[in-house]
Amino acid sequence: MATDETFPLDPPRPRALPVPPPIGETAPARRILIGAAIGFLALVLALPLAGVFTEGLRKGLGAYLAAFADEDALAAIRLTLLVAAISVPANLVFGVAAAWAITRFSFPGKSALITLIDLPFSVSPVVSGLVFVLLFGANGLVGPWLAAHGLKVIFAVPGLVLATIFVTLPFVARELIPIMQAQGSADEEAALTLGADGWTIFRRVTLPNIKWGLLYGVLLCNARAMGEFGAVSVVSGHIRGLTNTMPLQVEILYDEYDFVGAFAMASALALLALVTLVLVTFLEWRYGDELAGRGH
Amino acid sequence: MDIRIRALSKDFGDFPALHDLDLDIRSGELLALLGPSGSGKTTLLRVLAGLERPTEGRVFFGEEDASATPVRERRVGFVFQHYALFRHMTVADNIAFGLTCKPRSERPSGAEITRRVADLLDLVQLPTLAKRYPSQLSGGQRQRVALARALAVEPRVLFLDEPFGALDAQVRKDLRRWLRDIHERTGLTTVFVTHDQDEALELADRVVVLNLGRIEQVGTPDEIYDAPATPFVFDFIGDASRIPVTLDHGRLVLAGEPLALGLDVFGFGPATLFVRPQHWRLDVAGGLAATVAATRRHGTARRIDARLADGATVAVDLPPDAPVAIGDRLSLTPAKWRLFFDDGRSATGDRPAALPARAAV
Repeated sequence: MATDETFPLDPPRPRALPVPPPIGETAPARRILIGAAIGFLALVLALPLAGVFTEGLRKGLGAYLAAFADEDALAAIRLTLLVAAISVPANLVFGVAAAWAITRFSFPGKSALITLIDLPFSVSPVVSGLVFVLLFGANGLVGPWLAAHGLKVIFAVPGLVLATIFVTLPFVARELIPIMQAQGSADEEAALTLGADGWTIFRRVTLPNIKWGLLYGVLLCNARAMGEFGAVSVVSGHIRGLTNTMPLQVEILYDEYDFVGAFAMASALALLALVTLVLVTFLEWRYGDELAGRGH
Repeated sequence: MDIRIRALSKDFGDFPALHDLDLDIRSGELLALLGPSGSGKTTLLRVLAGLERPTEGRVFFGEEDASATPVRERRVGFVFQHYALFRHMTVADNIAFGLTCKPRSERPSGAEITRRVADLLDLVQLPTLAKRYPSQLSGGQRQRVALARALAVEPRVLFLDEPFGALDAQVRKDLRRWLRDIHERTGLTTVFVTHDQDEALELADRVVVLNLGRIEQVGTPDEIYDAPATPFVFDFIGDASRIPVTLDHGRLVLAGEPLALGLDVFGFGPATLFVRPQHWRLDVAGGLAATVAATRRHGTARRIDARLADGATVAVDLPPDAPVAIGDRLSLTPAKWRLFFDDGRSATGDRPAALPARAAV
């Protein structure tokens, strides 16, 4: 070693001793904890998911693909995409507006609004669905009036969209509120003093500041919109090819002992969820700081 | 552009942030709003800029009543304490933002904007950083970009909220000189908020001292430092010892001992005597008897805690080589002082040809 050559009288350096970390468990305890966590995940998450795919492919790839050729199955996929395509943008607009209002203005009823936004998370989806039946159903509050004007909400697409919007309402707003609170309104005020109008400020200052949080919220909202079962089940009426979304179609096929069809459809749903999850994980890893609202 | 403020009040709910203010800001001056936190200085600046609406009162820009003019039409430059740069835009895009927001008919061409941005980058001495993002700049550089961005729209007045508050001491000193320089070159009426008295006294043409939403004093740095109008200003600006005294037939009584000050005020009752550490004299007989309780180095002086007969301590600055030791007995006479009666009246005194304080050996 260079040091030893230069200073031959230096005592030999002691070899690094294995020092236990100041905070932490013994090696066996660590192994048990990690093993338990991984084992539990495998048991309740990975195994069922793998089961969905193996059951779907049980009778071969041909039967698996044939399940998607079915007219009702295709209708269910189209309907799911349609419902998501309406409810996600609706909640995107509402979420941004609500987050803006809550973080930028003070007004009476503000804390009530924050609590209300959380309501769909705390109410059972079945109850959410029933609320709409009570409102728009044949014996509901506005149901007879709607029927008289030839409008159908319950057991039709509008009902599905309403129930889905209700259930997925909190995702975007809840994602944005902490980010916008942390960022404060100095950027917008700066733009204001520079002569920008409201729309310019939103488009060129606010939106770029919240875009990753917004995308994250939209992805979560979309995953839930496609996968929602309870609320949608109540308002759907289960009319094949008309009001069955993918999760409802899975249930029907399963009840009819069409296991390949049910698991094939379920695997498609799972795949959509997995893609969303991978996207979210990637965004978190890449833009974690901004998502946490810390920014640069 | 001169600014006149008339009977201005601002309440946040039940909390009165500003209380019936009148103030004239002269065209082209560099004015400091100085006060402790909660004094209303930032609120006043934001009301002037139009970012807050006053509860009552009017703000005039020249002859124009600007009270109802929205921010974006006031044509004011505002520099925020934490810069508020747009983090997703380059330095050049940040500076150009205001120009690109103008309505199409007034908007300069792309080439013109590029040229203006380059000029402003030269003005703030950052000509090579146009392509950088705010996160790649130091605090001082960000503040310069924020100022360039505010100047780009050719504002009528410039407002700066604690412009150097988040920077370290050396950068602050450099930027102070630089801001003074920019101010002289642009000639803009400039108002800045600070809680740092050194910054206000060094940089500003005039200083407004605020406390609890009221103006305590308006004046040049010399006036503020040498003739504080209120006990608050005396305490807030520079060091001072406050000594409770009683006035009895024009004679000042301190802890039962009469003090010869040559007062020209008549009055009775309790009052407070303010003396700065550097304004004590030790070479006059018949002053206050005091004992040296502690001594320490304080900048260019040696500061002594002198204990008076009644146990109160006053700060006295002596030359650093003064031969004083703990336990030495001194005779203190204030060379310059100010007396504030509890009813608001005040008296001041100055002994001409005052020698610098010397320790009595």
